[in-house]
Amino acid sequence: MSAQLKEAAAEPAPRISKGGAPPPRRSQERAAKSVPYLLILPAAAVTLLLLGWTLVKNGMLSFQNLNPRQLIQHVTEWNGVENYQEALGSADFWRVTGRSVVFTGANVVLIMTLGCLIGLLLARLGTKLRLLLLLGLVLAWAMPVVAATTVFQWLFDQRFGVVNHVLDALGWHAMADFNWTSGQFSTFFVITVLIVWQSIPFVAINLYAATTTIPKELYEAASLDGAGPWKQFTSVTFPFLKPFFLATTFLEVIWVFKAFTQVFAISEGGPDRLTETLPVYAFVEGMGNQHFGMGAAISILTIVILLALTAYYLRLVLKQEEDEL
Amino acid sequence: MRRSLLGRVWPGATAVVLFIGFAFPVYWMFATAFKANKDIVADTPVWFPTSPTFEHFETAVNADGFWTFVGNSFAVTLIAVGLSLVIALLASFAVARMRFKGRKSFILVMMTAQMAPWEVMVIAYYMIVRDAEMLNSLVPLTAIYTVMVLPFTVLTLRGYVAAVPKELEESAMVDGCTRAQAFVRVIFPLLAPGLMATSLFGFITVWNEFPMVLILNKDAAAQTLPVWLTGFRTTFGDDWGATMAASSLFAVPILILFVILQRKAVGGLTSGAVKG
Repeated sequence: MSAQLKEAAAEPAPRISKGGAPPPRRSQERAAKSVPYLLILPAAAVTLLLLGWTLVKNGMLSFQNLNPRQLIQHVTEWNGVENYQEALGSADFWRVTGRSVVFTGANVVLIMTLGCLIGLLLARLGTKLRLLLLLGLVLAWAMPVVAATTVFQWLFDQRFGVVNHVLDALGWHAMADFNWTSGQFSTFFVITVLIVWQSIPFVAINLYAATTTIPKELYEAASLDGAGPWKQFTSVTFPFLKPFFLATTFLEVIWVFKAFTQVFAISEGGPDRLTETLPVYAFVEGMGNQHFGMGAAISILTIVILLALTAYYLRLVLKQEEDEL
Repeated sequence: MRRSLLGRVWPGATAVVLFIGFAFPVYWMFATAFKANKDIVADTPVWFPTSPTFEHFETAVNADGFWTFVGNSFAVTLIAVGLSLVIALLASFAVARMRFKGRKSFILVMMTAQMAPWEVMVIAYYMIVRDAEMLNSLVPLTAIYTVMVLPFTVLTLRGYVAAVPKELEESAMVDGCTRAQAFVRVIFPLLAPGLMATSLFGFITVWNEFPMVLILNKDAAAQTLPVWLTGFRTTFGDDWGATMAASSLFAVPILILFVILQRKAVGGLTSGAVKG
């Protein structure tokens, strides 16, 4: 490919050379060599500037005592690792961290299990029913997150919400006027239903698409050997789609762990800050309580925890890319 | 016999139940938006809007600043997606078609950037934008959104560019096109589906973005629809009809885009997602 590049560049060289000082062929070659760099320059520059620098800034802020006073007076007060000491020493931080991990785990398990079951169901259905189910999945998938959060607040509304009505009609009369955002568990329940509802389509549709690439002969061979549905799944489907399961599981971990909009919009971390996950906690501490340095430290810790949770996958992906390049 | 009948019926029955489960929230949003107030707060839910009304849409559209939010949302979304497409197209061409030192590192940077937890870094963004005295402006917001969707756009477009046969480009160059001309005349038209699928993802991301604008722009004149919509209680109180009408208006552009681009988008999103 580089030879082709050189050819392309070398060919018009005689026409353009107008007897300048440097030898034309060489300068042309050099120009051709710089082309790829010029092409990636805008992308690399904006990414480093707006993402790389922000990360550095985030790190710097986390070592500062930055409260409204310092903010207004524009003074920089370094306080070493005090923010980290305070965060790591507080029971709150660890409670929120544990909660975030459990919340992420529960959501991802639900998403992956139900998503896979629905994906396998899609593969078994006839054309008409499959299209019907796909339509439902695509609707849920396409629904913007922000609109979905308002809709779920309406579905779970205390007085006129349809969920409470149906539960009441089904005989669970205690739920007739239940306030879903009044307790920790029930608030998380609503958030989880929302996230799972929105995330399943991605898993189910992709799994279904992936199963269509599995050669039919494998299943025939398996059923000749007397394998039931479960055995077929564990001995054919799963091994074949292992990379898919791995990638999707970790992507879901990343997405759920850093989910802010759903958690914040449903209850703003309430009641009593009991449903704050790490991203919301960093926001409330940093922006809400105006302990910006503290918030920055929590956000760095959040990123570290996220990296730790996904290290295995990240290493795998980066290594795989590296081999491919 | 009985077992086989059950075996034939249950997948279909489950599919129907699941369809209802997945579609119902979307249906209920539109249904509520069209229902008269007395039906919305009825003791037993009115399952179908028997006497549809546009009253709630009027309330939503006439709410304070609605058109400002719409304008802002469209402005930041279209500009950010457009910019990132242009920047990404250049980069993806270099990455897919040229060998150069640093290519690998560039791709790895993009892959890492794609997983950046933006939601968690909002405080640093607030400080940077504040120090630049650009709070309550759409400019930093648009710039940040551009970078937010850029890595995905680069990585996805890379695949689409690589999928265009090199021979096409070469033969165009044999016919006397320069490399740039070959790109514009041969590759670009073939990339159109890829560009659309990629821009759909960008559009959804930016259209939905909430934490960044929540923090950077406290001034209503510089806010976008997500902030307005999540604060519906302040705008509409407990007027669920108007809230659902507003949600419907917010969701419709995405639903339309999704339906139009669905096939390609699903493929595009999958390849992008599985590739990392």
